[in-house]
Amino acid sequence: MSLAQELHYIGPALALFVGAGVVLFADVLSGRRAPRWGLTLAALAVALAWTFVLAMDGDARGEALSGAVRVDAFSIYFAFLLVGVTLAVVLCAKRWADSIEQGAEFYGLLLISAASMVLLAQGNDLITIFVALETTSIAQFIMAGLARTDRSAEAGLKYLLTGSVAAAVLLYGFAFLFGMAGSTSLPVVAEYVASAPESGRLPLLLAFVFIIGGFGYKMALAPFHAWVPDVYQGAPSIVGSFLSVASKAAGFAVALRVFYTGLGGGDSFMAEDWAIFVAVIAGLSMIFGNTGALLQTNAKRLLGYSSVAQAGNVAVGFAAVAAGSTIGPSGVLFFLGTYAVTNLGAFIAVHVVAERLGTEEIADYAGLSRRSPALAAVLSLCLISLTGIPPTAGFIAKVYIFNAAVQTGHDWLVVLVAVAVVNTAISAFYYLRWVRTMWMDDPVEETRFQPAGAVQVVLLLSGFGVLLFGVWPGPLINAARSAAETLSIL
Amino acid sequence: MNLPGGDEVTVTLAHYLVVSGLVFGIGTTIALSKRNAIAVLMGIELMLNAVNLTLLAFSRFSSAFPAGEEPLSGHAFVVFVLTVAAAEAAIALAMAVLLYRRRETVDLDRVNLMRW
Repeated sequence: MSLAQELHYIGPALALFVGAGVVLFADVLSGRRAPRWGLTLAALAVALAWTFVLAMDGDARGEALSGAVRVDAFSIYFAFLLVGVTLAVVLCAKRWADSIEQGAEFYGLLLISAASMVLLAQGNDLITIFVALETTSIAQFIMAGLARTDRSAEAGLKYLLTGSVAAAVLLYGFAFLFGMAGSTSLPVVAEYVASAPESGRLPLLLAFVFIIGGFGYKMALAPFHAWVPDVYQGAPSIVGSFLSVASKAAGFAVALRVFYTGLGGGDSFMAEDWAIFVAVIAGLSMIFGNTGALLQTNAKRLLGYSSVAQAGNVAVGFAAVAAGSTIGPSGVLFFLGTYAVTNLGAFIAVHVVAERLGTEEIADYAGLSRRSPALAAVLSLCLISLTGIPPTAGFIAKVYIFNAAVQTGHDWLVVLVAVAVVNTAISAFYYLRWVRTMWMDDPVEETRFQPAGAVQVVLLLSGFGVLLFGVWPGPLINAARSAAETLSIL
Repeated sequence: MNLPGGDEVTVTLAHYLVVSGLVFGIGTTIALSKRNAIAVLMGIELMLNAVNLTLLAFSRFSSAFPAGEEPLSGHAFVVFVLTVAAAEAAIALAMAVLLYRRRETVDLDRVNLMRW
């Protein structure tokens, strides 16, 4: 394969990496007066266009860079999702980034983090996966501590220390996988697992547990979730919105890749072993996330716990393994697509309120419907979607993923779905209480306010997306299905 | 290798795995139990070095490989792990300094503005 072709395969990530370098260098060379926002948007636009070209170019499929990365419908689905989320975050970040000293560093780190996530979804080799995961994590650690307030510094350090422990645990699992398969390449690992002797079962199980622990941290699953509320609350709210959507999506992407491509998914003789383990932590995530969220008065902290509970919902699809079927992963992909639209809308709304009213307390959202009707409407819509009430995207996503789990026919998955349904009822309590505060309670003051133009566009698109995928989910479901099908390679 | 009594022992993969497992366990215990951020960082370094030892031992001994062939991907992996560990330590120390300047402590029990 020629060099140009290889570069074409990793184009979107390359555009973002180069963009990060351009933003940082231009800022230094111009004495901190470069058009950072414009340059960042340009890099994202190039990456988005390149992803589109890759999606259209049916020949550009398969391995590149000596098997380190793989381009398929799955990686392209996540490239669209991750670049789109980053674009929305950058559109909303201008005001905040202009107000801090390290604005250019923020954009640079954001682009580096996004680029590594795109690469992570393409990873086809344990080394690539580890390096991409750590590059995106380290950039996120710095972003979380960027505001230089007490809380931000605390969030950054906590995120870094816990994240490094999780990375080490993941690596230990990778080391055992490498030791047994004799290669770091996922296709070779897949071949080994498919023909593994019975004596390999115990070490493989050990490797699974370590790997699920490491990825569970990234996906914000209990019991590896303790960092989530602290970091979401302490980090700048715009960084929180990026973490809650993009980081979680990338975590699920790489976990699906390793478990469904590298470890054979539902066709492997060990599938049920790890699937039950995932099912247990999915149930724990929903229970811990929802009970934790019930007590919260801080909007960002509540969204942190809610994010843990939602990760539990997504993991239901992850655990839904069945021989010769990828319906579970397709549910994960569809859920993540709708979740990105929904949670981004909610978090951006919280960001706007924090910026304009200087408060993150839910009590201060009283009467928001009179002060900024459009903002309150979008936030309410997103919260309703997070609860899973029709006609929103969240409802379809939950129905799809629970249905996928029941269809695989395992008894323990039916139990898990029952737990999930009970938890949905619990979650309605805190989501809808927030909505009620916005519409029913009287505001302390009546001054009206409006978010900036670009932020309005993102909020409206998010609200529109929540409704659109709620009434017309077909195209997204089809995209998720064809992307999930490319996961099994044997 | 000969023991003092004259008995010959062969160092096998299992020896390396036991040692690296112990180091990993010690590192995990330190990382999870110490209250000082710098000590936690040292625990993390131990964990990563245990991983390196595991990777190198597998690279050298594992039976899954064709006889006589030592796969270099294990060695390459170790180089990447070392690099990432250095980057992580650099950022962690910078964060600890930032926190110390603001709060005059790196004790994780006292860094608790956010709880529950």
